[in-house]
Amino acid sequence: MAKANMNPNKNPMPTQDALVRARNFDEVALGYDEQTAIDEALRCLNCKNKPCVNGCPVNIHIPEFIEKIKEGDFEGAYQIIARSSTLPAVCGRVCPQETQCEEKCVRGIKGEPVGIGRLERFVADWHNMHSDVTPECAPANGHKVAVVGSGPSGLTCAGDLAKAGYSVTVYEALHTAGGVLVYGIPEFRLPKAIVKKEVDNLAAMGVEVVTNVIIGKTLTVDELFDMGYEAVFIGSGAGLPNFMGIPGEALNGVYSANEYLTRSNLMKAYLDNPETPIMKGGKVAVVGGGNVAMDAARTALRLGAEKVYIVYRRSMDELPARREEVEHAEEEGIEFRLLCNPVEILGYENPDDKRDPKNGFVSGIRCIRMELGEPDERGRRRPVEIPGSEFTLDVDTVIISIGTSPNPLIKSTTDGLEVNRWGGIIVTEDGATTKDGVYAGGDAVTGAATVISAMGAGKIAAKAIDEYLQNK
Amino acid sequence: MYKIVYKKVLNPTVVMMDIEAPLVAKKAQAGQFIILRVDEEGERIPLTVAGYDRDAGTVKIIFQVVGATTEKLYHKNEGEYIQDFAGPLGVPTHLDGLNEVCIVGGGVGCAIALPVAQALKERGAKVTSIIGFRNKDLLILEDEFKACSDELIVMTDDGSYGRVGNVCIPLNEMFAGGRRFDKVITIGPLVMMKFVTMATRPTGIPCDVSMNPIMIDGTGMCGGCRLTLNVDGKRVTKFACVDGPDFNGYQVDFDEAISRGGAYRSFERHSHENTCNLFKKGVE
Repeated sequence: MAKANMNPNKNPMPTQDALVRARNFDEVALGYDEQTAIDEALRCLNCKNKPCVNGCPVNIHIPEFIEKIKEGDFEGAYQIIARSSTLPAVCGRVCPQETQCEEKCVRGIKGEPVGIGRLERFVADWHNMHSDVTPECAPANGHKVAVVGSGPSGLTCAGDLAKAGYSVTVYEALHTAGGVLVYGIPEFRLPKAIVKKEVDNLAAMGVEVVTNVIIGKTLTVDELFDMGYEAVFIGSGAGLPNFMGIPGEALNGVYSANEYLTRSNLMKAYLDNPETPIMKGGKVAVVGGGNVAMDAARTALRLGAEKVYIVYRRSMDELPARREEVEHAEEEGIEFRLLCNPVEILGYENPDDKRDPKNGFVSGIRCIRMELGEPDERGRRRPVEIPGSEFTLDVDTVIISIGTSPNPLIKSTTDGLEVNRWGGIIVTEDGATTKDGVYAGGDAVTGAATVISAMGAGKIAAKAIDEYLQNK
Repeated sequence: MYKIVYKKVLNPTVVMMDIEAPLVAKKAQAGQFIILRVDEEGERIPLTVAGYDRDAGTVKIIFQVVGATTEKLYHKNEGEYIQDFAGPLGVPTHLDGLNEVCIVGGGVGCAIALPVAQALKERGAKVTSIIGFRNKDLLILEDEFKACSDELIVMTDDGSYGRVGNVCIPLNEMFAGGRRFDKVITIGPLVMMKFVTMATRPTGIPCDVSMNPIMIDGTGMCGGCRLTLNVDGKRVTKFACVDGPDFNGYQVDFDEAISRGGAYRSFERHSHENTCNLFKKGVE
């Protein structure tokens, strides 16, 4: 085997040129080639205590799969990842590795950690291009489980149960499977073909995916039990978008990030002559600093906006989005208005012409400058308004991206399912809800979080469901 | 895929269809809605349920051609299929405890008002229906309303059928004559519902309205269907898909809803014209 690579820096990820990609929806990051992947793999010291594995919410055997890459056995590497993760091509792209596996990497002490995420992506893409092998499933055990929602937690739970021999049906409310992976995360960060491939993989393993069924409405959780399912996993995702409660939020041209991204991603409003409309072009302000805000801002740019602002009330240090996403956004020309908070969205009103088609549309957003005061209970310094510092940004579209509240549909139609005061489903450590045989995970439990933490929850619940049904 | 098992053109722009969707048919109640897509590239549109047959497993929809999607749906025939049909969504109309109700429907909104009137009649309530249209050619569902109403008043704007004028005229006459109801339920264009609400307010009779805002998912995810209620002096944001579509008419900010309803009007007109041109080409 080749010598360890002691270069302190990761092999850079090849990307589309910033100014070119800012005007197309093709994937930004292009992925390692085989040589680069092997070179990066050789940076891994294969250390004994494997701190990276503990940093991974689904405990992928990281050094083992990297060893396989060093040997050039890419399919072998994939099989090792597949033991722990159902969606490696997805996670290799959207996981915040810098705060998980890579944060724990020993190489990160003096230099950059091993590019674990980039290697995971390489392995998954290599597998998808070269191999049609579906993961092996245990012989059918005759037990039926229903999974509610086909996002990351549902797909993971379904995959693990199918591998264990269960007959699994996934119910999806929308017309396409994938949940937030298809309606939320944009094409340029996660191509939909990859999500489809992962869903097709599950189908090949015998998982049935039923779209257009809203659990809590079309069928209730209790009816699923009547239909012969012995356990139910709820992974229904985050719910209704939060708004700020400032004047002007009902003006035309004000979107929640959920709506804006759904129009563009799920409904393909970014294509020419789409059937679902979206307001393109002009000047756009995105309010919020998370990954969803970055996705919305970068989508707006690609839809043709001449100017896109991120308006965030704290400073760059507190910005919750992944560093990589922030850097990409800056390179593409998105302007960050930090330490600013909106106080009002202004609307156009022509006093002389009530029929002016611009009436009722956004004309600007009024913000106030902030400074950081004392830390709050979570240790983040609290933003405080600077009196008299208001100013107006001239925009015609405002996208509010300040989080979501849990969806009420399942809770309101399921007796015995308890939620906390924020509306999140209450679960034990292994994902069991207060209702017998019902498990839950992902954003429906935690509120908005990451794809990988939802996958982790789906995995834990699958294990718990297996134990529950084996002991029943 | 969901089969169109029955199609009937009710007037030049309004069509009735029965769609085979057994799971939806089993659950649907008056006041709820469905989301459909006509084909693979289609947009998602909400339509309020106009009826259902639980035994046959069909759901009745009645729609007016207003844009590209409804134009495409209009051209689908019996035996053909539509891509997606999901529901029932929203909260059913509250009918409990109502003994005497006035139903006020306008235009294609009468299609949604009808199942409410029928459900009330089945429960033994006394139903007074006022239905209004622009003219005689646009009149729909008169016989059906007659069958479930103790009293039916038909209005047309131009007087070409029934009485001349808008639906508030007979409503105001009834109120002036001392008629009282447990509730007024109004379903139709936003402007009409706004005026019915204004006419009813002085009587103190509760007045419910059925909102039909722009929606994408319809399941409580996108927030596009938000509207503002004035509740005890406070402005409260609600979502028609999970909190409605029925709301207390006295609380609804209609002017805001009317403005929001027009957000994509120029887009709709443009895409409708394109679709019509495509169909014309197909005919040539």
